[in-house]
Amino acid sequence: MKVGILALQGAFAVHEEMLQSLGAETVQVRTTQDLELVDALVMPGGESTTMSHLLTTSQLFDPIAERINNAMPVFGTCAGMILLAKSIADGRPDQRFYGAIDIDVQRNAYGRQVESFETELQVAGLQTPFHAMFIRAPQVVRLGGDVEVLSTHEDKVVLARQGPVMVASFHPELTSDNRIHSLFLQEV
Amino acid sequence: MDLMTKNAARTTGSMQVKRGLAEMLKGGVIMDVVNSEQAKIAEDAGAVAVMALERVPADIRRDGGVARMSDPEMIMAIQACCTIPVMAKARIGHFVEAQILQSLGVDFIDESEVLTPADETHHIDKMVFDTPFVCGATNLGEALRRISEGAALIRSKGEAGTGNVVEAVRHLRNIFGDIRKITQADSAELFDWAKKLGAPLPLVQEIAETGSLQVPLFCAGGIATPADAALAMQLGAQSVFVGSGIFKSDDPSPRAKAIVEATTHFMDADILAKVSRNLGAPMTGIGMDQINERYAERGW
Repeated sequence: MKVGILALQGAFAVHEEMLQSLGAETVQVRTTQDLELVDALVMPGGESTTMSHLLTTSQLFDPIAERINNAMPVFGTCAGMILLAKSIADGRPDQRFYGAIDIDVQRNAYGRQVESFETELQVAGLQTPFHAMFIRAPQVVRLGGDVEVLSTHEDKVVLARQGPVMVASFHPELTSDNRIHSLFLQEV
Repeated sequence: MDLMTKNAARTTGSMQVKRGLAEMLKGGVIMDVVNSEQAKIAEDAGAVAVMALERVPADIRRDGGVARMSDPEMIMAIQACCTIPVMAKARIGHFVEAQILQSLGVDFIDESEVLTPADETHHIDKMVFDTPFVCGATNLGEALRRISEGAALIRSKGEAGTGNVVEAVRHLRNIFGDIRKITQADSAELFDWAKKLGAPLPLVQEIAETGSLQVPLFCAGGIATPADAALAMQLGAQSVFVGSGIFKSDDPSPRAKAIVEATTHFMDADILAKVSRNLGAPMTGIGMDQINERYAERGW
């Protein structure tokens, strides 16, 4: 069992440390050969437009879509959530995404960096609050009926799951708390 | 548990939140742009952020005179046309330019030696701002002084506007070399390191323990080719700033795309060979003995 971290750009290294702290064997995924080694994939925070561009130039976009169709567990945080959504408000016209979870998202919905924030979240299944970082974060603007809500903040869904796909609009990888990664690994 | 009840308040402008954005920019390319057209080319090419400024460093070097913060109108035009983070430069020590940039909502303020310094003793107190700062450094002591003032991101200075990567390499090797030595030092030697570096002892002790800088370290100043970008990454930089190197080359768009790919696949020589082909002429560049003023020497 190997967990891949999409390592084209962004906060992939901290995701990897967190997964390793939970005993997972990890692979940084930059090529199709890397993808073949993994049983699950984490899509990190970073710039979603940059990742969309690099997924295409690295010829990774379609092979990942195929793996997602075949029920590979995926966890997207921030930019990763944008990549997994059904539709993107305020995206670039050429921006590509997977439609793997039945949500629509809006990029940079909280505003520019000065509006980025940290806060405490109540998360389903966790006994104590989770300290969360929202960095130029996206928001869920439409939620499909089959999507399970795991956490909200100011009435916006910030952590959700549909089958093997989990998404967070915040960055659980930026704290030292690995409980949300642990929730994902339980799926794996 | 009712998830819709009780929301904790938001905390903005914390060090964690500032460093968070720096984390998100890792593995990416930040491109200098002087207008909306260039900003679009940069975003299309996969830049993670753009640096809005009136003249790229090569032109500042050519024109001489005092280089200042850009016209807010120009920065706002760039903010309006792209969706990726927008950075802008303030002069060293010019905290009012920084206040203006924060008011404009730029995502990162670069307290930059490329502009003419406004204070020859003090840097900006970056702790009092909600907007994160990036600062240049030529060595570890300089990097730690900037971090102690509140910088959320350090870039090696290199020598901006030259298209010559030699100084960037020197600065990266300086910084990483000293970090490696500090991890080998015993606790008594750390006092001497702090003294030699002119840096706060607790930061030096932290480096001895963790083996890495407290904030991400990117590379700037002289990157002109995909191979230059990959060189900086292999030396340990976590992202690259490309200033004059893109828009002073013959054909900016393909070069910008190639540098983005090279930064991601920096360890893969086959991909580097592929993306380096047919990019047209890079910026001409200048040797270090041909320049009158070293921007890297600005900063204290």
